Amino acid sequence: MSTLTKLSAIPYTGPAPTNRNVYTPTEAPAADARGEAILAALNLSALTQERGQDLPTFIVDRAEIINVLRALHDHASLQFTLPLELFAVDYPNREQRFDVVYQLYSLANNERVRLKVRLADGETLATSSGVYQAYDWFEREIFDMFGIRFDGHPNLRRILTHENFQGHALRKDYDPAQRWLLTDAGIATIHPKIAPQFVQEEEDSDFERVTLNLGPSHPATHGTLRIVTTLDGETIVGADCEIGYLHRCFEKMSETHTYQQVIPYTDRLNYCSAIINNVGYCMTVEKMLGVTAPERAQHVRLILSEFYRISDHIICIGTNLVDMGALTNFWWLFQPREEIIALAESCSGARLLPSYLRIGGLAVDVPSDFLANAQRIVNMLPRYIDDVEALVMKNRIFRDRVEGVGVISREDAINFGFTGPCLRATGVPFDVRKSNPYLGYETYDWDVPVAEGGDTFARFLVRFEEMRQSLRILQQAIDRGLPPGPVMVDNPYVALPPKAKVYNEMESLIYHFKLIMHGIQPPVGEAYFQVEGGNGEVGFYIVSDGTKHPYRVRARPPCFPIFEAYSKMITGQTIPDAIAALGSLNIIAGELDR
Amino acid sequence: MPVQKIDTPNSIIPRKAGVAPGEGPEKGLITLPGEAARDTGDDLGGATYLTTKLDQVVNWARGNSLWPLPFGTACCAIEFMSMVSSHYDISRFGAEVVRFSPRQADLMIVAGTIVDKIAPVLKTIYDQMPEPKYVIAMGACATSGGFYRAYHVVQGIDEIVPVDMWVPGCPPTPDGLMYAILKLKEKIERGEIRRG
Repeated sequence: MSTLTKLSAIPYTGPAPTNRNVYTPTEAPAADARGEAILAALNLSALTQERGQDLPTFIVDRAEIINVLRALHDHASLQFTLPLELFAVDYPNREQRFDVVYQLYSLANNERVRLKVRLADGETLATSSGVYQAYDWFEREIFDMFGIRFDGHPNLRRILTHENFQGHALRKDYDPAQRWLLTDAGIATIHPKIAPQFVQEEEDSDFERVTLNLGPSHPATHGTLRIVTTLDGETIVGADCEIGYLHRCFEKMSETHTYQQVIPYTDRLNYCSAIINNVGYCMTVEKMLGVTAPERAQHVRLILSEFYRISDHIICIGTNLVDMGALTNFWWLFQPREEIIALAESCSGARLLPSYLRIGGLAVDVPSDFLANAQRIVNMLPRYIDDVEALVMKNRIFRDRVEGVGVISREDAINFGFTGPCLRATGVPFDVRKSNPYLGYETYDWDVPVAEGGDTFARFLVRFEEMRQSLRILQQAIDRGLPPGPVMVDNPYVALPPKAKVYNEMESLIYHFKLIMHGIQPPVGEAYFQVEGGNGEVGFYIVSDGTKHPYRVRARPPCFPIFEAYSKMITGQTIPDAIAALGSLNIIAGELDR
Repeated sequence: MPVQKIDTPNSIIPRKAGVAPGEGPEKGLITLPGEAARDTGDDLGGATYLTTKLDQVVNWARGNSLWPLPFGTACCAIEFMSMVSSHYDISRFGAEVVRFSPRQADLMIVAGTIVDKIAPVLKTIYDQMPEPKYVIAMGACATSGGFYRAYHVVQGIDEIVPVDMWVPGCPPTPDGLMYAILKLKEKIERGEIRRG
């Protein structure tokens, strides 16, 4: 491949990637230095630093993981209080087959850390759900997908796949198309655990306790969630959520496709804000490849991201109000949303899920009237937002239904791994666009809206204000204009050469052939990159083995920890409260179950 | 006295020739089962014609007042929302009465991927719908599993329930779904679909 570079008619002078290269992130020296400082601060022998990673990374002894997590959580200056990720990677040829990877975030210092535990097949790990409540479900997912058991876990059963499923799907030796049928007889009955504060009351209650199923097909679940509640009269005394009704195997499918082919799958994670997922995935691969999309492409990415964020919030607010009986707002808000969708359609040809991004840029350039249309939508949106806000904010029925409903405290929200508007509604100003700016967000003048209270009303306020802030960003982006130039990087190992060259130049034809047949081949290594999605931090963790297929793609689902906390949020409240709270969390099943 | 053949120029439905399921004594007329063999010459029971017209009236009414049950699981459900809301407005075609209870619906629109875990639920809900009932498989996933050729995805809902209309697209545009509803309406009015 290196000789091809020399002969190239395309002015490309960078290195030729081969599948023997090892990925060295540009952040590695800083991460290594920070890792040493963390190691010194913790003073624990169970940690070994792994150098050359994009985050400070440590390999932890299997027996010591709880102590290490607790030390990181409780440390006076480090304060890694926010659990972001917990997943596993399977390396069947290794003696210690599994890597269990923890990623934590420190709100105080705005930094991340990654911990890895290596496990052989059959070895167990202590549960960390006592330190971070979020890890309860994450551990269940690892058990489901890899068969790793967690000692002391309160409820270790399958979470994404169904009860009749055999084997563990994300192990490398599992056939991607091997299905198992679920019959009526196989469906397990769920008995929610009664919350401790209600256990004693059963004797005194006038009512018989009944179990009520919400979903999986229920108008308020907007998709496929199942909430089993135990009611005492009208009060929910226990609730249990069952998910996996839309588990369509994103991570396994990614492993069987090439890097470019994964883009449409990422669209379908959070299908209300598809472009943002595209941005997250493409930028992760670009980070590994060491390429940067041209300025024009980045500018379009930012504009479309913000439009889709508004569209995401419109769907959330609109459907949440429908659940509470206010249908008008839904009809009213969907009109500007259609305009946003039409803008994406004019760029890519597809409406809801445009798959418009490519690794290295955009699929095609935007139409000539792109900015004019964007300006027209930016001009029309404030009126719709103001109208809906005026309709509901002084509405007594609405206020009574949302104030003090579905409350989560700041400490719980952090411990559960909340991100995005739900975390900001508890007063924590964490936004990836501010904390780890990408696409040039740091150059725009905008604010992170924060509300106090952590109830459904606070989440409404945050979403309304975020739409306005997105409009601020959009207005500045439109005023700056689109930078001239191409929308794809000039790198024949990433971007296809122009068709005219393919037909007329031997070198371009070879590049074209190589890229189609062998795909993009990032260097061997792993990387994590995060963007701010409609619901919070959308992160992608990609492991490359130097071939055209990703070895492992892990998507961080912001909904997953949020929905995990839901049963806690509704305990002690009534069913109508639960419905109002559920809509305000904006649970998107595609992202929740992947 | 020979029975006068009843012509139907004033019928509210324009007849379409040659589309009835059983080839009846008169082309274009729908006969009841078991009556097809009857001699057409001079023994045309008035009842046959009366029933025929009633069928058509009923089918016309059915076709114009479909009550959809959105079995929305994924992305297609968002496009379904677009179809019912202000811009596309399916109420122009009489199918806006969205009901989430299977007991009150006659058209199930399966919008989104059906995975093995929810397949028994889909079957139960279909069984709970009263006859006559129709099913639209909206989008690639409901039709064939789409590009999810995977360990947890049903490869097309016709594994579980009978389907009347398949809508291509991932997701289909709202106009695509609207077209499917109009096609289904035509099919119902022609009396092609009979079950139960």
